[in-house]
Amino acid sequence: MRRSSNTNYLTQIFVIAKNAFREAVRDRILYNLVIFVLLLTGAAIFLGELTAGQEVRTIINLGLNAILLFGAFIAIFVGVGLVSKEIEKRTVYAIFAKPVTRSQFLVGKYLGLSLTLLVNTAVMGIGVTLALLYVGGGDRLASVWVAVFFVFLELCVLTAVAITFSSFSTPALSALFTFFIFVIGHFSSSLREFAAALGSAGAKAVFGTIYYIMPNLSLYGFRTQAAYGLLPDAAAVAAITGYTIVYIAILLSIANFIFSRRNFK
Amino acid sequence: MEHIVEIQDLSKDYETGFWKKKKVRALDGLSLRVEPGQIFGFLGGNGAGKTTTIKILMGLLFPTSGTARILGRDIGDTSMHREIGYCPENPYFYDYLTADELINYFGEIFGLDSARRKERSAELLTKVGLAEKDWNKQLRKYSKGMLQRVGLAQSLINDPKIVFLDEPMSGLDPVGRREIRELIAELRSSGTTVFMSTHILSDVEALCERVAILRRGKLAATGRLEDLLANSEQQAFEINVSGISAAALRPFAASSNAELFEKPTGISLQVNSETEIDAALKAVRGSGGKLLSVQPVGRSLEELFVEKTGTA
Repeated sequence: MRRSSNTNYLTQIFVIAKNAFREAVRDRILYNLVIFVLLLTGAAIFLGELTAGQEVRTIINLGLNAILLFGAFIAIFVGVGLVSKEIEKRTVYAIFAKPVTRSQFLVGKYLGLSLTLLVNTAVMGIGVTLALLYVGGGDRLASVWVAVFFVFLELCVLTAVAITFSSFSTPALSALFTFFIFVIGHFSSSLREFAAALGSAGAKAVFGTIYYIMPNLSLYGFRTQAAYGLLPDAAAVAAITGYTIVYIAILLSIANFIFSRRNFK
Repeated sequence: MEHIVEIQDLSKDYETGFWKKKKVRALDGLSLRVEPGQIFGFLGGNGAGKTTTIKILMGLLFPTSGTARILGRDIGDTSMHREIGYCPENPYFYDYLTADELINYFGEIFGLDSARRKERSAELLTKVGLAEKDWNKQLRKYSKGMLQRVGLAQSLINDPKIVFLDEPMSGLDPVGRREIRELIAELRSSGTTVFMSTHILSDVEALCERVAILRRGKLAATGRLEDLLANSEQQAFEINVSGISAAALRPFAASSNAELFEKPTGISLQVNSETEIDAALKAVRGSGGKLLSVQPVGRSLEELFVEKTGTA
């Protein structure tokens, strides 16, 4: 009995996630891939001529940073609308009269966008791979795919931040807050150094707290190392993946706590 | 289970304003019971609290105080939603889906397998009168009336025991209203309870056994429609005649306190009791008039509505 209700619980999350993915596809979000491919093709052809011998590193740097930026754009702007658009358009009314809890809806929508980002990131990763093979950088593919995986993890965190803000704020403000977090998160380690350098205990505590609350996005910055063909050890990959899962779980719990108490006027 | 819906002392305050929050009471101590197997009309003017009540029942709003149960289970119990249906007011759905995909999506949420979903989608879309050529059009291309029909179809996907319809006739043309009215009557025949909010009174008269009338968030009246409409005073009758002038009947009208109206088809004489009918007919025949009809005059639902809701 217990098992069947668990199965139902997950089935409904899966059905909602699948529909959120379908929504992203029909809203032509994956069209950004076309721009990405054009950018990369252009780079592979022209940059190689300009910087003789540097083309492999240039392709990797440009490709990975573009994957992050395109993905961040989707995570922020689609992420803040995931739930708020449904409330505004009143599509949630019919959903919540069905046997669907608010947490199932929230997690389903989150997973749907994560799946979209996974497909987006993977296709872009394949684009970078092809460009690398074209310029003869096939020996760095393993590093590149580790970096792509890290970019995907970062985008998952960013989506969770966006959905959390949008559970209590307007889409425009949520997008702005999420963008701030994206920027601050990258300077997370500087924040800790800054806290350590400060004299007063109070200021130390404040900046120390911010450091621990903010997502540490600099963890995912493996792009430069990837350009040199370096590989992280398995323990570091596991630790970073674990951190990501815990961080997302905490954010979604907060979002769910707020969202479950909302009135849909 | 005696009552399919039990609402006990339900209140809802909305907070308005940003800094200085003001409370506006949308629903005020509503208590209501609905018996299974009937069409229950939930009436009231704009802003009376009908939609607020239904949204609380559906778990979209949380009550400020009070409790409610559907099918004997608390409204906070989402598993109860397996057995209910809901069509929101002016329904709106994912506009990137087609009607068929939407019904399939909701069917999947209820765990129906793909063959059953396909069958059920065709069955329901036919039932609500959507032409087959429109089933695979994206909902963004749908008119208001078509969306209303899709809304009704999706509310029935799980074969619910009770269905909540918030203004189900809005956006429909007269033919559409008649079709949906027939569909609602059919639901009752198949044993589904219908809880329907509306302010289209002719639909209430045609469909509802029992009604509740809300006024400014409070229950103004509830009961069998017949009982609410029955005039406790003496029953009046309307006598329609032709072939004579109003002047010929004026002496009779003056002596018996009857009212006289001129109509395009002749004269209408309204007497205050059954015993006066004979005398009136004598007066009509005496002047060479021809009797067209005699009918009891009930209190109209419109009069009742205006009285109870205080809206003119």
